[in-house]
Formats: sequence, structure tokens, C-alpha cells
Amino acid sequence: MHTSTPTVALVDCNNFYASCEKLFAPKLASRPVVVLSNNDGCVVARSAEAKALGIAMGVPWFKIAEQAQQHGVVALSSNYALYADMSNRVVDVLSGFTPELEVYSIDESFLNLSGFAHLDLTAYGQQIRHRVARWVGLPVCVGIAPTKTLAKLANHFAKKRPIFDGVCHLDRLDETTRKQLFSETAVNEVWGVGGRITARLAELGIETVEVLRTADPEWIRQHFSVVLERTVRELNGTACLALETIAPPKKQIMASRSFGSAVFHLIELREAIAHHISRAAEKLRAQGAEAGAVTVMIRTNPFKPTDPQYQRSVTVPLAHPTADTLELVETAAAVLKRIYRPGLAYHKAGVMLSELQPAGARQCDLFDHPTQDARRHATMQAMDAINQKWGRGTLRAAAAGRAQGWQMRRERLSPAYTTSWAELPIALAR
Amino acid sequence: MTGQPLSSALLAQPDLPWAALDPPPVLIPLGMTPVSAGFPSPAEDYADRRLDINDYLVRNPVSTFFFTVRGNSMQDADIDDGDILVVDRSIEPAHGHIVVAFVNGERLVKRLHRQRNTVALLAANPAYPPLELRDGNALEIWGVVVGKFKRIPA
Repeated sequence: MHTSTPTVALVDCNNFYASCEKLFAPKLASRPVVVLSNNDGCVVARSAEAKALGIAMGVPWFKIAEQAQQHGVVALSSNYALYADMSNRVVDVLSGFTPELEVYSIDESFLNLSGFAHLDLTAYGQQIRHRVARWVGLPVCVGIAPTKTLAKLANHFAKKRPIFDGVCHLDRLDETTRKQLFSETAVNEVWGVGGRITARLAELGIETVEVLRTADPEWIRQHFSVVLERTVRELNGTACLALETIAPPKKQIMASRSFGSAVFHLIELREAIAHHISRAAEKLRAQGAEAGAVTVMIRTNPFKPTDPQYQRSVTVPLAHPTADTLELVETAAAVLKRIYRPGLAYHKAGVMLSELQPAGARQCDLFDHPTQDARRHATMQAMDAINQKWGRGTLRAAAAGRAQGWQMRRERLSPAYTTSWAELPIALAR
Repeated sequence: MTGQPLSSALLAQPDLPWAALDPPPVLIPLGMTPVSAGFPSPAEDYADRRLDINDYLVRNPVSTFFFTVRGNSMQDADIDDGDILVVDRSIEPAHGHIVVAFVNGERLVKRLHRQRNTVALLAANPAYPPLELRDGNALEIWGVVVGKFKRIPA
């Protein structure tokens, strides 16, 4: 319970991936930059210059490559090591501005500013922008409002409308201006309103934020859902969504990737599966859980309709829940052997660990080996510690293989400027 | 290398490979170690954290980045080829600071000269002329150099 009006700020990095790339590459300064998804597939981020060229989000790179290169567009693979480090730096800076912060995604955080009413929050927002820009080198926009949904919307205004200079404090606008902004904004800009709901709302004549905001919440609940009702209440300033400062433990853990090039043999698929299991099991142990079931999924490339198509996903329950990489790899390999069909060009493999429960909560059964379990547990702890110290994958199950030719394709990858001694940016002394 | 004295064999290979770099070690203060028997350590009350080079070189971790130096134009400022620079973006660049600057598509390390109306980037080596910045030169002071480090092959 807050004594004053609740106030939330959403801080969002502008063109986050593209901005990270530009920060370290002066040659990219005024050039259009796009960042591509896994295996250099689709455009997932665009610099302002690339947006100005009309390059759409999500477009497959091969479709626009030729034309884009004529316009001097630089396309880069996703450099996750760089983005993750820069994202953590932004969060560190932001946590200096609030006692309560929710990291919503790699480039967005909600800050609780309730109780800061004595401050000029617009100026405070500018301070946030300037400090992130100066300390970390990334541009951000700030939306401030009484609810998360409104803060998202305010951030949208801050980003799209130059008049706000990157900070929009919704409650500071007069009633007329606010109404006008809401009337000029389509409903699909509202947090949680996706394509299907947008289409259904349009049929009922609800096309702008202002019309949705003034709709009867009860009526919305009857015709749509409680979720959309909550959105309408949030648009009217009633906070329904609390800040999630601690991420709830995951209900299941997935790991999957498309292959850099098609994979045919069982042994390669098994390596990929073992690799995914290893990553998933690491996450499982990090949250102090054990899995009760393993799912293995393989499929061919649906975008190559001329190839024979096959896809199969099988879930098996485990005799007893475990977080042991070796045990999980063994089970997954057995499942894979059952669903593998030779002679097909496999495009993607993945695993899912589910029925998670806190480690050690299970009951012993007739076939348990307590001493062996303790030794395995110690092995896993050592494995995680070594991998944390020496880099992911230093120590892995032999089944995960050594060559890893199935790893994803990232041909346009920039250096890990901030996380690898061998890849630091060069400063010329000349 | 039979028959060759060791010293000249070494000189013939000035570029010994560097040792693998370790991540910062986890240091455990002395007083945390449980001792079950024997005399108590007379130093126990003085237990302190062992020195960590990060504390010495890095003032503000979130705004600190590392760059590798290439070239010798800063040698009179004790910055040599191969040194790793500690660059802090949270420091306001001022006249006299050594800075990393982005100029015309290049990352440079220079001394910032900013007085009255002139802005220039100076080398610390007479062989390199100052770089005067006029309009049209895209200049961005990226960060201020606050330290450097290097390894010595051994």
C-alpha cells in the first residue's frame, strides 16, 4: 500500500540491439543498421536510419538483402553476449533511481516512483535519460504514469513525439492534450492488445485508445476477458498490475535452436539435444529445482515444402525428479532414438523440462541410491562452478560432442566488445 | 634450438604467447575460515579483504569499458602499444584528460585540448601532429581514460 498516488516509469532503450552495435563501431555512426535473428534469418532490430528506409520489423533478410545493401544497410548477427552485458549495465544505472525495479525485458524496466511526488518527475526522467546516455552510451525514453499500462503508453508517446524530448509524464498533461493523444493512437499500441483482439475491437467500432478507455469495463469483461477489463481499468488510472520485482520461478524450461545447416544423422541430433539439455539443466539447478518430465522435439524445415516433412515431439515422465545433467541426457537420448527417422533433413531440435518442483522435495523410492545421488549432486555443483568460471560449455556431457557443426549460423557477428579480453575494441594511437 | 644459449633463444621470440586470463578470483576473508582447534590466530581481529586490482583501477563499474591500444602516438603519456585502457564514461571530459574519441569513423586515444574556442586532440609523441577539430569533423568524446594495465610475459 502506498500512501501517495502510485507512480510507475517505464524506461525503454531505443532500438536496443542496433544502438549497442553503434556504440562501439564509429563506422556505423550515421548508417542504417539492422540486427538479424538466429541463423541470420529475419530483421529483429533497426536503427533509426533503417526505419527511415522503410525496412519492416520481422522481414526475412534474404528478401531485402540486395536492395538494402544498395542503400548501404549494414546487417549484423545477434550479439547476445554484448546485449546482455549492456542490458545489465542499464539496469544497474536505473536501480540508482528507484528502490523497486522490475526488469521486464532485455531493453525495458519498470521503476516504482511512488512517493517521489515531491520531485519534478519530468526532470527526474530527463536525469535518467542523461545518466544512461552518458554512463552506458545508450539512448532511452521514459514514460511516467499511475499504472504500468499507461506508463507503456506514455513511453510510446515519448518515443514517437519529438515534443516530449524523450520523457512523457502523462499526469502532467492537461485533460485536452491527453484526450487528443489517446484519440490519435490505435488500440494495438496498448500493452497486451494483440492482433486478434484489435480486429475484434475494430468490428465493434473500438479503434482508438480513447474509445477503449471510455468503454464500460463490465461490458468489456463480458465480451472479451478479465484481462482486457483490467487493461481498461489501467487505462483509467487504476493500478491492477503490480510490479514483479522478483521473477517467479519458471514452470518449465525450454531450450531449442534451428540448425545453421540441415542435420541428417542421429549422432549430430543427439549432440544438439545433449547441448540443449545441458543448458536447460543448468537453469534448472540455478533456480533450485528438479524436473519430473522431459520433452524432446525434432522437426524438418517447414519453409522448404519440397523436402519431405516430419516433426515429432514426445514427453516422458521421469522415474524420479532430477536435476542431473547426465541422467537427463540419457533419458533424452533414448527418446530421440525412438522418434528419429533416417534420411530426413532436420532443421530444428529442442528440449523442455517440465513438472518442476523444488529440489529435495521428493520421496525416496525403492530404486533410489542416496550415496550415488549425493556424489552426482556434488558433480553437478562442480560442473556449474567450472562453467561459470571458465565459460559456458567448458565442461559438458560427452554426448554434447566437440565439433558442434549444428551450432547456429552467425556470420555477421560483431566482437564481444565487453565480455572477452580477446575481442576488446581497439583504440588507435596514431 | 640445440646449441643456442637460452637467452638468445628467448630474444628470438619476443612475442611469447600470453598466459590465459583468469576471471577475477573469489577472495575469502581470513576471519571466515572456521577453525576447530588450536590457538586462535593473533591476526583474527585484523582480517580484511585481500587487495583486488578492480578496486584500484575501476571507479564506477557500470560505466567502465576496456580498450586495447594499437600504435605508439601516446608513448610519452606512458600508453604503449598493447596496453589495455580503463575508460570511464561517467567522468566529464575536461581539458588535459586522456580520452577515447570517435573521429571520422575511427576510435582514437588522444589528449583532449579544450581551451577558449579551440578543441584539438593531441598525441603524446612529437612524431604525430595535433588533430584540430573544426566543423565537419564528426567528434564524439567516448570516455575518459582513468588507467591502464598490461601483462609482462614470464
